[in-house]
Amino acid sequence: MSLDFQDVRRIAKLARVAVSEQDTHMYQHRINGVLALVAQMQAIDTQGVAPMAHALDVVQSLREDVVTETDLHKKFQAIAPQVAGDLYLVPQVIEHDD
Amino acid sequence: MTTWEIVVGLEIHAQLATRSKIFSASSTAFGAAPNSQASAVDIALPGVLPVLNKAAVEYAIRFGLAVGADIPPRSVFARKNYFYPDLPKGYQISQMDDPIVQGGRVTIVTEQGDKQVRLTRAHLEEDAGKSLHGDYPGTTGIDLNRAGTPLLEIVSEPELRGAAEAVAYARTVHGLVTWLGICDGNMQEGSFRCDANVSVRPMGSETFGTRCEIKNLNSFRFLERAILFEAQRQIELLEDGGRVRQETRLYDADRDETRTMRSKEDAFDYRYFPDPDLLPVVVDDAWKAKIAASMPELPQAMRARWVEQYGLSAYDAGILTSNRVMAEYFEALVQVVGGTGAAKLCANWMMGELLAALNRYELPFSANPVTVDRLAQLIQRVQDGTLSGKLGKTVFDALWQNEGEVDAIIEARGLRQVSDSTALAVVLDEVLAAFPTQVADYRAGKEKMLGFLMGQAMKLSGGRANPQQLNDMLLKKLQS
Repeated sequence: MSLDFQDVRRIAKLARVAVSEQDTHMYQHRINGVLALVAQMQAIDTQGVAPMAHALDVVQSLREDVVTETDLHKKFQAIAPQVAGDLYLVPQVIEHDD
Repeated sequence: MTTWEIVVGLEIHAQLATRSKIFSASSTAFGAAPNSQASAVDIALPGVLPVLNKAAVEYAIRFGLAVGADIPPRSVFARKNYFYPDLPKGYQISQMDDPIVQGGRVTIVTEQGDKQVRLTRAHLEEDAGKSLHGDYPGTTGIDLNRAGTPLLEIVSEPELRGAAEAVAYARTVHGLVTWLGICDGNMQEGSFRCDANVSVRPMGSETFGTRCEIKNLNSFRFLERAILFEAQRQIELLEDGGRVRQETRLYDADRDETRTMRSKEDAFDYRYFPDPDLLPVVVDDAWKAKIAASMPELPQAMRARWVEQYGLSAYDAGILTSNRVMAEYFEALVQVVGGTGAAKLCANWMMGELLAALNRYELPFSANPVTVDRLAQLIQRVQDGTLSGKLGKTVFDALWQNEGEVDAIIEARGLRQVSDSTALAVVLDEVLAAFPTQVADYRAGKEKMLGFLMGQAMKLSGGRANPQQLNDMLLKKLQS
């Protein structure tokens, strides 16, 4: 598997990252290098080996259902670019047409 | 002309009734001041990590056990990536390949009989925040109180046929999650919302038509209307030689129509992958057994018991067990009324009067204004002959209007049934004297005159005469 120029542009767009045309070629080359490494690993026979969901062989610890957080919105909003009526304000949301 | 079959699959988002959020210790209480319940984890400050709420997992397991689903020993959380201001992390933590609940089935009661609806899965995920448009010109306000609230997304197979079945299914799932105590079921507050996948195909066809998904239906009425509108739109499109485009649509309740939100071509590519911040969740048999032991009697089992123990019809028992508050009300009512045959009488009053009134005012059962004790007393007054069935309905209406205790209403309105034969004889003599022609006609063989004379006598008694007794006495008088 390898990515073409358009694939890389699409990934950049999905990630909302602005990438120049020149850099797109560079990323295409690098990503394909990673994919080549993955292809090499795929040659290994994994028949009967359960897929791994996490690198650590431990399981999720669970938290009791208790509310311990307090209202810190004043502190959080002190560093927000724009705030009104306790709401975070963002540029008006318009359904993006991509 | 082609007969079309409507095919529906539902995705239901049930907000789990935990005190704290799924990955943080913030409160989930509804209606707090904006952003007062959004912690560093919920607003996605750098460096924070999610810690899974045990109760959310337990509630999902409870649901899985109730629908006879497979609960695999390991399930995995994944990131669903998309950008929207009310999703501060840039991804939603959800489950993809290994959901916590797999398969299972729900039995729905239809007028044609029971139907089993298979579930595909139910998975845990976090809710997003809320975007508020219009308050501040040129900007959108973001309230992150809801961000991180635990949801169980329950996905059915496309086995529902038509809007009525889809609504019956949604109501059954609503009844079940509230029964289990895992969701408060409050649809106005968004605790229970549906997405409907709708397609149509010629009756008898084995293959599915192209489907459209209608998002965010937050009432049973909107669910029904949206499916009916959408199916009709697709049928008209196909009958005009057109083609249905796979897309996501929104239902506009004010105009009663659905319209395009986004088409498949520009559908989001969510790029799911296992969330490295969370480890696999392990559910062992001991935990499952412990949860199973703590579960209430399930509606299906209660229904079977009522058919067996009380002799109710499967349909009536199905309706009365569709909601836990209603089922508990019924059992309490049967207890208070007591005696043989009480259950059937109670079922008739609940189905005939109480549920009809609730439907008329579009109220949930929890808003029922008639207490168990009052309805029980009304039923007893009909049983002991104080009230006729018809006058009982008048008293019911007064109870509905909260006019007080049953006996007080009977006295105040003079509704006591007249079973005193002397008093009834006076009424009958007056009627026979007033309508000699009709009496003669009856005696000459015109039997339908009996109904006329009964009607007159009942009217004269102010509707209070014991109908059976009045009828017997009238017959006797006419034969003499």
